[in-house]
Amino acid sequence: MSATDDPHLGTAEQEPLGPPPVAPLRENWHYFTGNRGAVIGLVVLGLMVVTAVLAPLIAPHDPSMQYRDALLVPPAWTPGGRAAFLLGTDALGRDILSRLIFGARYSLVIGLVVVTLALVTGIFVGLVAGYFGGWIDALIMRVMDIILAFPSLLLALVLVAIIGPGLFNAMLAIAVVLQPHFARLTRGAVMAEKSREYVTSARVAGAGTLRLMLVTILPNCLGPLIVQATLSFSSAILDAAALGFLGMGAQPPTPEWGTMLAEAREFITSAWWVVTMPGIAILVTVLAINLIGDGLRDTLDPKLKRS
Amino acid sequence: MTAVPVLETRGITRDYVSGGMFGGARTLRALKGIDLKVERGQTLAVVGESGCGKSTLARIITMIDAPSGGELLIDGERVDIARDGVSRDLRRKVQIVFQNPYGSLNPRQKIGDVLAEPLKLNTAMPAGERRDRAMAMLLKVGLKPEHFNRYPHMFSGGQRQRVAIARAIMVHPVLLVLDEPVSALDLSVQAQILNLLQDLQDEYHLTYVFISHDLSVVRHVADDVMVMNLGEAVEYRSRDAIFASPEHPYTRTLFAATPQISVESIRDRVARKAATRSQTGGSAGQIV
Amino acid sequence: MPLLEVRNLSVSFDVAAGQFFAVQGVDLSVDTGEVLAIVGESGSGKSVAMLAVMGLLPPIARVTADVLRFEGRDLLAMSARQRRDLSGSEMAMIFQEPVASLNPCFTVGFQIEETLREHTSLGASARRARAVELLTQVGIPEPEERLKSYPHQMSGGQCQRVMIAIATACNPKLLIADEPTTALDVTVQKQVLDLLLRLQAEHGMALVLITHDMGVVAETADRVIVQYNGRKMEDTDVVSLFESPKSPYTRALLAALPENAKGGRLPTVSAFAVGAEAQE
Repeated sequence: MSATDDPHLGTAEQEPLGPPPVAPLRENWHYFTGNRGAVIGLVVLGLMVVTAVLAPLIAPHDPSMQYRDALLVPPAWTPGGRAAFLLGTDALGRDILSRLIFGARYSLVIGLVVVTLALVTGIFVGLVAGYFGGWIDALIMRVMDIILAFPSLLLALVLVAIIGPGLFNAMLAIAVVLQPHFARLTRGAVMAEKSREYVTSARVAGAGTLRLMLVTILPNCLGPLIVQATLSFSSAILDAAALGFLGMGAQPPTPEWGTMLAEAREFITSAWWVVTMPGIAILVTVLAINLIGDGLRDTLDPKLKRS
Repeated sequence: MTAVPVLETRGITRDYVSGGMFGGARTLRALKGIDLKVERGQTLAVVGESGCGKSTLARIITMIDAPSGGELLIDGERVDIARDGVSRDLRRKVQIVFQNPYGSLNPRQKIGDVLAEPLKLNTAMPAGERRDRAMAMLLKVGLKPEHFNRYPHMFSGGQRQRVAIARAIMVHPVLLVLDEPVSALDLSVQAQILNLLQDLQDEYHLTYVFISHDLSVVRHVADDVMVMNLGEAVEYRSRDAIFASPEHPYTRTLFAATPQISVESIRDRVARKAATRSQTGGSAGQIV
Repeated sequence: MPLLEVRNLSVSFDVAAGQFFAVQGVDLSVDTGEVLAIVGESGSGKSVAMLAVMGLLPPIARVTADVLRFEGRDLLAMSARQRRDLSGSEMAMIFQEPVASLNPCFTVGFQIEETLREHTSLGASARRARAVELLTQVGIPEPEERLKSYPHQMSGGQCQRVMIAIATACNPKLLIADEPTTALDVTVQKQVLDLLLRLQAEHGMALVLITHDMGVVAETADRVIVQYNGRKMEDTDVVSLFESPKSPYTRALLAALPENAKGGRLPTVSAFAVGAEAQE
């Protein structure tokens, strides 16, 4: 006798439920857009991505083109400015606006590469530490603690000094420095989820260690990791800019914002626009990403669920 | 000819050691020697309050944790997971359904995949056949085909519990351990799930170890009843015998604490209250 | 005049899918010294209705009612300040998870005295004395020692007693208990329910008991309201409810009780064709 034919069983739909279920993505979008700061951040970042992608079409000049007759020209709206160079030029006569536009590419790529590297290694390390516990966990976490004990920029600087200056090496160094944050988060989330009943159920169903770690537990730890990834994005940009400022990151003539700041050091009082413009660009980008990160955290935090 | 009991335990104990490095190690004996025997097709109910060790016992029977002492026999064979691990065949024989319908399903896994997973892990069935079997089981427990691709949070507690039960019987176990399967459910849903469990037991000749703290549910489902308190089995008899005349003082305390739902007892209570009120003079009472 | 009077209460929430009504058109009234049980399953809106009365719902909830009066005073017309003065002193509420309802960072004594500090003008030593008196009243042994305990050091039953002590600290006229014993063992449940009834009788307090357990209703209630899907299905005295329930939903609930099972199968709610059950 099949259970569904039996009239006494009743269909499982008869139970009074809460509000009708909404697809998770749509629900998250609804909460995210409720946060005005996050939406503004998203718009700004979107503009930045578009700018970076369409850089060759948007930029008025070539970023490495030096106009010998237009050295240190102030911005167009100030006395002495020229309409051709909206934000002025630097000491070698290069248009600052064009350099900023192309620099957006570098910053976004830096953020992406660094975060991807840090995320992948951090997750792997954190998974192993959280799942196995015991001395493996202790060993791994002590190594992470050692990395975290150093001021992040200093450590990145030392690493770059060892492996040599350059943009790619700078990204590698920053990834190493940021990775413990991901490892810690993953470890904490794994330890919390490990004892949940659905993990035990999977084990009773016959799942082995690798499957439990990667397929069962990991997808449930992604929330805080996503938030950390967005915040690390802005950290990466800042650190790369700092390394560039110190001459250990992107080398001139690369139009990376930090490097631009480094070259303009001597002009802080005499030609303020050469320093201020890249600084503002970094500020706006980092602010936008942080707003997005905050918005994501509020959205993904189950304790803040409003319904 | 006596059949081999599906489940038998002899003197199962379980200790938890806490402390250690900097303080004295303390041993907590959660199970103090449990003997039980369950025949094929029967239901053993384990009753007790929190801390009595029933969940610990459930985990040992399901071979999630190893006992500290004693013997566990499944289908007549001795099982020692600390020494031998758990073989695939053994895994298929015993499955478990947990109490909390909101924790026992992976929030990131679709229902269809939840049901197909035990087949994927324990058999060499091709994907198409796994899917068909999963769908058939989904319908059998009273859900609809469109539920196959949904996520757990879109279902109610009762529906999730159905999925958990379906998952447990996908590999056709001989023994199903049910750790308070209906305690977190509403009354009407509870009735549906109990009916479902009964149908499945009849159809698949399942043996149940049913853990509960609710005596009315136990009375409805059990053949034998074991009452546990502080790690010991204080009473272990057939259901009719226990409910007719409970012997152990703890069992009697449990029975006395269980609310009575007969109209007569309600009438008595209301009458008593009215009498006390008229004695103390009026319904206003005193504000201290 | 009833102590609490509610007519046509509706509570709705703005969620991603639109507007969702948790409570629709519920009437109820509670008299002084009465024990009212509100029975329903999950999704019936029983907790939400009482949270609305206490003013404890989040801002996205919209509460409307024709009448929402406590002791003749209109709750909806009151300012937030006046409402806060009421809750804790004249109207109190205790919840389902006793250990989670207490702040883990503060001692039990601190939390009891907090209520007293908020609603009374007692000095520090007077508050302490009252706290000890309250703990004795709820049956906690060695009350002076217990004042210094933290919630995690106490059992579920003891924490619930502490919650009851906090709730009754200012001798409220109305106590709302939202599933107070669901998370507790059956022997502890009996003790806590006995305690609630004893306090209720001694202080002439009205008690609203929200539960899904018909056994609790049978043992404690004077009157019963049955809710389903946000609407009221039945409103009667406890004997009539169990003896001759009028609403098909109530009959279905009672029939689904394992105690009432005749033979092997339990009849389910669908067997009584609840379907589009209209408000009674």
